[in-house]
Amino acid sequence: MTLITETVPAVRHTDFAASPIAHPAMLWLISAVVVCGAWEIAGHYPISPAFPPFSDTMGALFAMILDGSLPRALLITLKPLSIGLIVSVFLGVGLGVLMGLNRFAEWLGSPLFIIAQSAPLAALIPILTFAYGIGLTSKILTVCIMAMPVIVLNSLTAVRHTPASLVEMGQSFLGSRWQLILKIILPAASPVIFAGLRLGCAAGFIGVILAELLITPTGIGDIITYNQSIAEYENMYAAIFAIIVFSVVFIMLLERLEAVMFRPEKRAIS
Amino acid sequence: MTAAAAAKNQPTPRSMVEVRHISKTYPGGVEALNDISIDFAEGQLTSLLGPSGCGKTTLLKIIAGLIPASSGEVMVDGRVVTGPGPERAFVFQDFALMPWANVMRNVAFGLELKGVARSEREAVAEKYIASVGLKGFEKAYPHELSGGMRQRAGLARALAVNAKVLLMDEPFSAVDEQTRRKFQEDLLELIARERKTFLFVTHSIEEAVYVSDRIIILSHRPSQVSSIVEPAIVRGGGPDRIRRDPAYLDTVESIWQSLKRYLD
Repeated sequence: MTLITETVPAVRHTDFAASPIAHPAMLWLISAVVVCGAWEIAGHYPISPAFPPFSDTMGALFAMILDGSLPRALLITLKPLSIGLIVSVFLGVGLGVLMGLNRFAEWLGSPLFIIAQSAPLAALIPILTFAYGIGLTSKILTVCIMAMPVIVLNSLTAVRHTPASLVEMGQSFLGSRWQLILKIILPAASPVIFAGLRLGCAAGFIGVILAELLITPTGIGDIITYNQSIAEYENMYAAIFAIIVFSVVFIMLLERLEAVMFRPEKRAIS
Repeated sequence: MTAAAAAKNQPTPRSMVEVRHISKTYPGGVEALNDISIDFAEGQLTSLLGPSGCGKTTLLKIIAGLIPASSGEVMVDGRVVTGPGPERAFVFQDFALMPWANVMRNVAFGLELKGVARSEREAVAEKYIASVGLKGFEKAYPHELSGGMRQRAGLARALAVNAKVLLMDEPFSAVDEQTRRKFQEDLLELIARERKTFLFVTHSIEEAVYVSDRIIILSHRPSQVSSIVEPAIVRGGGPDRIRRDPAYLDTVESIWQSLKRYLD
């Protein structure tokens, strides 16, 4: 949930932008130190024998990185995750844009995604397992059903909310339907589409871990379940920590990609 | 009594835009326009003036081919309008600049949609950016410009496609008062320089009288032509002379008297 707060920078650092403390990297560091410090103290207090201090967790993290078990697990998790996300991103944006441009497609498709967005999708995982077994397919589908609804619905809304005067401008200068879509509607929609992509990809990360915990333990999910069962809580927390860091970095890269590809005016500000 | 008077004595210029029995009823039954017929003379600036919500913008957008009329037809340069055309260019009330594109790309956008090669269209755009006074801001993005500068970019974009008719929809209404005055003065220069037909929608009486050769006053919705005024103002004496000209002041006053009855 830390992911969302990072997407609205414009309002915050205006007044105290001058002091060195206000530098974004500095703020990051301060907040990380506060959270990890609190974690360390809580671990020593101790809240619960199942809650190891931050230092022990980091120790376990580096041990698992060095003996190769964590990288190996991450690679295994990455497979359903990356396939699922690629499908969700391209299919999701494609469907959403189509539904935004075409009322019939919206009528046909949007109820499905509105239901999917509000339904507890984890409850569908047993059904997926019945239908597609316990292999890769079920895990990919879990990622997709978690990630796709918000991507589709955001793309739909984004396209639908293209400023009317920009479309009229394109029409008055004799743009073809395709020119309007490629040169006006999609660039205008891209901020909201990318907001949907960030939310959708974060949900995809949740989906893949859910699949690895509920379908069959593989990858990161395997490390979490196994270490929980033998009470090696440092390892369990290290695996959770690793996947969170991975997810946050991925979402940040996505944001950078958006600025580079679609928002030249954002680069002009900085 | 020089230029204006001389123009009056010449045979009336040919109509560039002819509006014939245009009516518009919006879905839901709102009657915006009721059987409007107007001619817009070539090379003149004609204003559409009326109470707010009277359908001035609707009429302009019908002429632009952006929205269809319920009945009647519009002829531009002798041809019936069925949609937007290359002989018309539109200047939008809210500027309609693309926030992700810099001034250069925005101004050249009409040519970009036509498929004009990049170097060629940027050369044209550069010329018009300079002519509206935005030289040096080619690489700036709309959010870095003031409202007045944004509308200058919108105007340059409309000029760059070299249309015969410029349709301006309350172009200065989103601009502050001082910028607006400067803009009106620049517009007069522009009219003198570019031999184009201007259709200008405004709700400001002073603005209409100041810039127009001819003012068409529309009535309450559903609009009909209420009256037509041709301000007998001596142009070319500079902005101060015009604003102090008794003819200017009298025209403003008489239009105000005739529009008053449409309020409440």
